[in-house]
Amino acid sequence: MAKAGTAAFAPQGSKEGTNNNTDVASDVKPLMGNEAIARGVWEAGVRVASAYPGTPSTEILENVARFPEQDIKAEWATNEKVALDVAIGASFAGVRAFVAMKHVGLNVASDSLMSMTYIGVNGGLVLVVCDDPGIHSSQNEQDTRLLARLAMVPVLEPSDAQEALDFVKQGYDISEQFDTPVIVRSTTRLSHTRSLVRVGERVVPISKGFVDNITKNVMVPSHARIRHPRLIERERDLAEFFNSSDLNRWERGGTEYGIITCGISYSYVKEVASDASVLKLGASYPLAEALIREFCESVDRVLVIEELEPVIEETVRKLGFEVEGKSLFPRVGEFSPSVVREGLVSAGLLPVAKSTPGLSPEPLARPPVLCSGCPHTSSYMALRAINARVAGDIGCYTLAAIEPLKAIDTCVAMGSSIGNAVGMYKAGTENRPIVATIGDSTFIHAGIPPLIDAVYSRADITVLLLDNHTTAMTGGQDHAGTGVNLRGKQTERVDFEQLIHSLGVKWVRKVDSYNLGNLYKCLQDAVRHKGVSVIISDRPCVLDPVKIKGTSFTVRAESCVGCQSCMNLGCPALSWSGELYDGHNKVEINQLECMGCSLCAQVCPSDAIYLPTEE
Amino acid sequence: MTTAVKPVKAPNTPPLTIPRPHNVLIVGVGGQGVIMISKVLATLCQEQGFEVKQSEVHGMAKRGGAVFSHVRFGEIVHSPTIPEGEADVLLALEWAEGMRWMPYLRQQSGTFIADTQRIVPPFACRNRTRGARTGYVGETIQTVMEQVENSFALDAMGIAKQLGVVKAANTVLLGALSTALDFPTEAWKSVISKFVPPQTTKVNLLAFDAGREWALGFDRESELRNIKDTRSLHQESTVEAGADYSRVEITEEWCKGCDICVKFCPERCLIMNEKLIVEMAEPELCTGCRMCEWLCPDFAITVHTPNHVPL
Repeated sequence: MAKAGTAAFAPQGSKEGTNNNTDVASDVKPLMGNEAIARGVWEAGVRVASAYPGTPSTEILENVARFPEQDIKAEWATNEKVALDVAIGASFAGVRAFVAMKHVGLNVASDSLMSMTYIGVNGGLVLVVCDDPGIHSSQNEQDTRLLARLAMVPVLEPSDAQEALDFVKQGYDISEQFDTPVIVRSTTRLSHTRSLVRVGERVVPISKGFVDNITKNVMVPSHARIRHPRLIERERDLAEFFNSSDLNRWERGGTEYGIITCGISYSYVKEVASDASVLKLGASYPLAEALIREFCESVDRVLVIEELEPVIEETVRKLGFEVEGKSLFPRVGEFSPSVVREGLVSAGLLPVAKSTPGLSPEPLARPPVLCSGCPHTSSYMALRAINARVAGDIGCYTLAAIEPLKAIDTCVAMGSSIGNAVGMYKAGTENRPIVATIGDSTFIHAGIPPLIDAVYSRADITVLLLDNHTTAMTGGQDHAGTGVNLRGKQTERVDFEQLIHSLGVKWVRKVDSYNLGNLYKCLQDAVRHKGVSVIISDRPCVLDPVKIKGTSFTVRAESCVGCQSCMNLGCPALSWSGELYDGHNKVEINQLECMGCSLCAQVCPSDAIYLPTEE
Repeated sequence: MTTAVKPVKAPNTPPLTIPRPHNVLIVGVGGQGVIMISKVLATLCQEQGFEVKQSEVHGMAKRGGAVFSHVRFGEIVHSPTIPEGEADVLLALEWAEGMRWMPYLRQQSGTFIADTQRIVPPFACRNRTRGARTGYVGETIQTVMEQVENSFALDAMGIAKQLGVVKAANTVLLGALSTALDFPTEAWKSVISKFVPPQTTKVNLLAFDAGREWALGFDRESELRNIKDTRSLHQESTVEAGADYSRVEITEEWCKGCDICVKFCPERCLIMNEKLIVEMAEPELCTGCRMCEWLCPDFAITVHTPNHVPL
């Protein structure tokens, strides 16, 4: 659940479901894109919703869960494929179903998507997929529209929170009318922008129940061969439908040039070229070809302004029009009014803005860091000490790759660490101990099959399971290993030790992440063990589900020799005091930041760090 | 304090019917409350009948990184983000973050309000050599005040402390911000009351008044004359940074391979060789901290630093 941080104001009762989402009294509300999507899901009469957390999509399901349980069953899934399979199951059973994920989550879910697109839907099914242009918090910036084209699934692209709500609802109508799953594509900027939204009532369609139809519901070769041509027909029908749908909007302006745009880019276009002719495409796949043709013929010059891949641009070019897009507007990164303006300036359509340089100081590097007291820190300090080759994974702990910890050598995708470690072992080139590090939520998401593989193939690797009892990176969501569900109620809990033993791992030990010496000894034993060894480094996250704050440690200035051993932790509570010892900076501890984990005291060779209560 | 000082406003601060969106950029460090401040402002703008868009970025920012939130309001607002150079107000909860976003401030007419609080990230303390300085920004309150016409640097935390509630520092800043935007004071207070926990309403409203009074009483000229705090965190040092080159001398015959120096070296530049004798593996990483020399039970290590002054 999102935290108010240390702000002076905390929203009243936002956790108790008194969020204004559920209040139908006033019909215009300021909603974040993700809140608007959740509202749309509820209004569309959805009965089952599932997701795995991932920035920037996380808040969607959290907000869905603020609506009453009797309206909508919402639960975190173990991963995006499971989430989609749950939604597909609900659709089979005849109710409207919903699933949310970030762009890379769709990769995980794509196996199911590629088949279910052949099957179609019974109850309507909408996937909201949030792309991350600019890579604010992801491992890549892939464009979901390309995967949607591969799956031949229609894509709707809202430009603001109002459209996010409306398009989700329309998505369900399209889904049921055309017998197709529908993707609503958001981006970080849209998901995290709050604007005014007119909300409506919830309307629940009457459930059809399960509809027996073996050639449609069972994808075997003979059935799939029947369904594939239907898919191509469906694509053509959708394109025809979008030609006259109000999802696409033509805003008439001058004829000198016209801009085709979609999603959040539309708002930048309106910001910098408000008088231009604009074709705003709410449906970016399949494209409304007749409408586009008519638009292109009405202007002298056509520009396409779309974030990431030239999906629309290439289609317009195939229609036989000369079009400018990625030659003016970048294919990488997030757009902004400035990016759009620069493109239009270099196209000669806007005058060069006169700029008078003002005060522009050299910015301070402030990369994100592991929190004060983060239990991951000690795990990576210990890994440095045994000089391991470390395969990393996705989570807060990926931050251990950068200074000062510098203790992760690779990071690929969710759950990759263990498989990567197996491969490094099999390559036979590494003389350092090979260790895979993976968080609890990531382990459940995609770490179990590769661990089985490691045991099965007798890889001599160590797996360090960083169990902080939450999905920390995305803001502290529960998962199957926490025993608490999305609505905060107790449920079954996965026992990691039992699970790992049952997979055939002979060497499993659990250690307290805050006991650095023990962790180090344990790691030494683990890497000496021939075969797969697993250490569970166990401590709750200091932020979620509750912020942990103990007594702060203090530096005895006269004992500090400025050796910087503690600064190797990268703890945000530690900084230089301004005092020097033989030219070296002494350290001090920020009393508000320090939560008392004791790691700095454990590594201090001159015993300068102490707990004031012990004096 | 004199009542003659006009409320601080950008000269082009529009009346309540405005032709173009008004832009407020709120910046700080993860955990400071940037998002909450933006929510208060966005709610206020909405209640005053404007269209409003507020845009923020979550994710990695939560981990002590830079956080920013764009608030735009007006009759019609298109882009959720403020174009560079078009922020009418830049409100910084931390000094270096204010400096980072300075290019977004509208020149001449833009108002800059900053908390003088400094949060030095560990990343700014990573030069390990003798005489190293923090990598914090060099701009002082004075340099900023001289170059930015409408600039205000206040110790919001200090003001909040005087009221006895450190946590109300953000409300102090809202008080200062209120003088740069043309909304009725009562409207501000009513929105703040909705956001703060009920038992803290009174002190938060006092904090708001204190911040507002501070800004209204702010006299730029006398402030510039009397400025005492040059507030650069760059330390003066007697040792020239990087002038040192340390050399570690190892007396191999005395080393019994106990491994203590290798394990304790903060820079990990020592290794055990195949003869189980310590060896300097990465001399360029050595900062001359002498930890190995001091910890060696057999006096097998001496660290030579050319500029070393024995204590």
